Amino acid sequence: MSIEVKFDLGAHLRQKVLDGRKLVVPYLTCGLPTPQDFIDLYVSLGEYADAIEVGIPFSDPVMDGPVIQASSVKALEAGITVDGCLGLISEALKRSSTPAVVMTYYNPVHSAGLHEFAAKASAAGVSGLIVPDLPYEECDELDRVLKQQQMALIQLVAPTTPAERASMLAAASRGWVYAVSRMGVTGMQESLASAASEVVDRIKPFTDIPVLVGVGISSPELAVEACRVADGVIVGTAVVKRVLEDDLEGVVGLIREIQKAVNQADR
Amino acid sequence: MTAPTTSTTAADARGRWGEYGGVFVPESLMEALRRLEAARSEAWADPDFHAELARLNKQVIGRPTPLYLASRLTEMAGGARIWLKREDMAFTGAHKINNTLGQLLLTKRMGKSRVLAETGAGMHGVATAAAAAYFGIPCRVYMGAEDTRRQSHNVARMKMLGAEVFPVATGTQTLKDAINEALRDWVTTVEDTHYVIGSVVGPHPFPQMVGDLQSVIGREARDQMLDQAGKLPNAVLACVGGGSNAIGIFRGFLEDAAVKIYGVEAAGTGVEGTPHSAAIGLGRPGVLHGARSYLLQDPDGQILPAHSVAPGLDYPGVGPEHSMLKDSGRVDYLTATDSDALAAFKALATSEGILPALESSHAVARGLDLAKQIGKGGDVLVCLSGRGDKDVDIVAGSLGL
Repeated sequence: MSIEVKFDLGAHLRQKVLDGRKLVVPYLTCGLPTPQDFIDLYVSLGEYADAIEVGIPFSDPVMDGPVIQASSVKALEAGITVDGCLGLISEALKRSSTPAVVMTYYNPVHSAGLHEFAAKASAAGVSGLIVPDLPYEECDELDRVLKQQQMALIQLVAPTTPAERASMLAAASRGWVYAVSRMGVTGMQESLASAASEVVDRIKPFTDIPVLVGVGISSPELAVEACRVADGVIVGTAVVKRVLEDDLEGVVGLIREIQKAVNQADR
Repeated sequence: MTAPTTSTTAADARGRWGEYGGVFVPESLMEALRRLEAARSEAWADPDFHAELARLNKQVIGRPTPLYLASRLTEMAGGARIWLKREDMAFTGAHKINNTLGQLLLTKRMGKSRVLAETGAGMHGVATAAAAAYFGIPCRVYMGAEDTRRQSHNVARMKMLGAEVFPVATGTQTLKDAINEALRDWVTTVEDTHYVIGSVVGPHPFPQMVGDLQSVIGREARDQMLDQAGKLPNAVLACVGGGSNAIGIFRGFLEDAAVKIYGVEAAGTGVEGTPHSAAIGLGRPGVLHGARSYLLQDPDGQILPAHSVAPGLDYPGVGPEHSMLKDSGRVDYLTATDSDALAAFKALATSEGILPALESSHAVARGLDLAKQIGKGGDVLVCLSGRGDKDVDIVAGSLGL
């Protein structure tokens, strides 16, 4: 049942930043490699992660590259459902105090009904939601519903977002502000796009909550580079790739390395 | 002069058609869509743009397309006269070119240097490739791998026209997945690339823009009916996948209360429990490809695979303007099965010497029924959205030729 982690994700993460820490948020596709292994992986990663983004798979993920697409197909073929995902998150949170943020597309939320989805997610202990195909102009109702349940709706800011709009999105975001590092879908890259620091610079003056860089952060080196300007990083494809290869130790190792690297650099 | 802004329907400022439509896309695309809408409304208000569009319609597409009285088909049905709006006679063989030339003209105006498109049956891909060649702009077309096999003839045509064709092997390997992949490309390349969406689907302003560019069909057909039949038809029919030929012809008659309007969706095999493409008939509202509209989805909101013998109708969604017209009751949405379409194909081929696209054959099938129902003295207008050359292999196989 409901877990006692009703807290303000933004304030919680902000305190960590004020304490001088850089934040690391890995992404896991819910239910992989198996439902039980997912729970164990969440708990293990929770030792090093500041929050965990859990993807509830959607059949048509237009913001995702080939690796996360493949993981969505695999999870759906294994029979995962929205309720099943929330159940697994709830189980994981019984053994981990690391906050869970759900990433999913709008149709599964719309299909469940916004109130019903929010109530179920809240009961499962979810702290926030990322919906990459729900831009600011369409998010009023979901934002209101999530606020009632004390959950954060995290806004994304892209390299093409003009300055004035970026300030509006930054002010509206809860939990953290998601700075998209480059134009394109999720996937790994060799070097950090110069756009990343420009996006962060555009956001920073307009918010107190952390600004995290995501899309393409695949190594400790890139994470350190991103953390020169940002408050932390989101690591998706590099994690999911290892999960698909059943290299669960590799996943934990990668996040441990990134956590170590970003919190040692330049200090 | 043809003015695409004379349509009687338009989305509101948020891109909504009643409770449908909207802009459900990643933040990375928002600025591009804002600029596209700005360029569109500026172009739509510019007489020079309309003059150039009118010239393209006439000299490149060959408009107006004929309104054709199908006398022997009428005799066969034994009822109302059956009129065909011959979009199959437009340049490249379908109504799709009305949209692509207009969007390429806009692409040029916006100063973008590349276009991409998705295609199901391949007709929109061919029409985009031809328009891109005409304007000298590089073009990439995404097409489901299953569709590249079913419509290999059109793959060859696109390549001959200089387009790159990218088979999409994810998901159901049909139109839905081609759109997903085109959107992923566009998220990456939006700064120099325009996405030429092929139907009245997608985020605002696409349903508005494509519908406006296709409304030339209905404007011409209305004038031609008055001229050739001396009156308006009792009923207008068109097939509905995404629904662009249908919106095109419907827009000409929405304000004529006495004219009944019918959209025809694909019922697939017609066997209960098997895949079909009747998003309005059997779906419920959801959000896919940037807009809220009727959608085939499971109870969890996962998109269901669609099916039709006609690849251009093989899509689990429908344009938001159709969803609004369904709810308002102005348009009735019917279905036709694969075998209904094949029978209509055969009837039209043998009675009139016309090979219709399998998509259009769905509308012909229900048009034959309505002609019988309405009876002598009435008039039925069917949008013959495209020609059937692309379908000869499918039809030959199905009819055992």
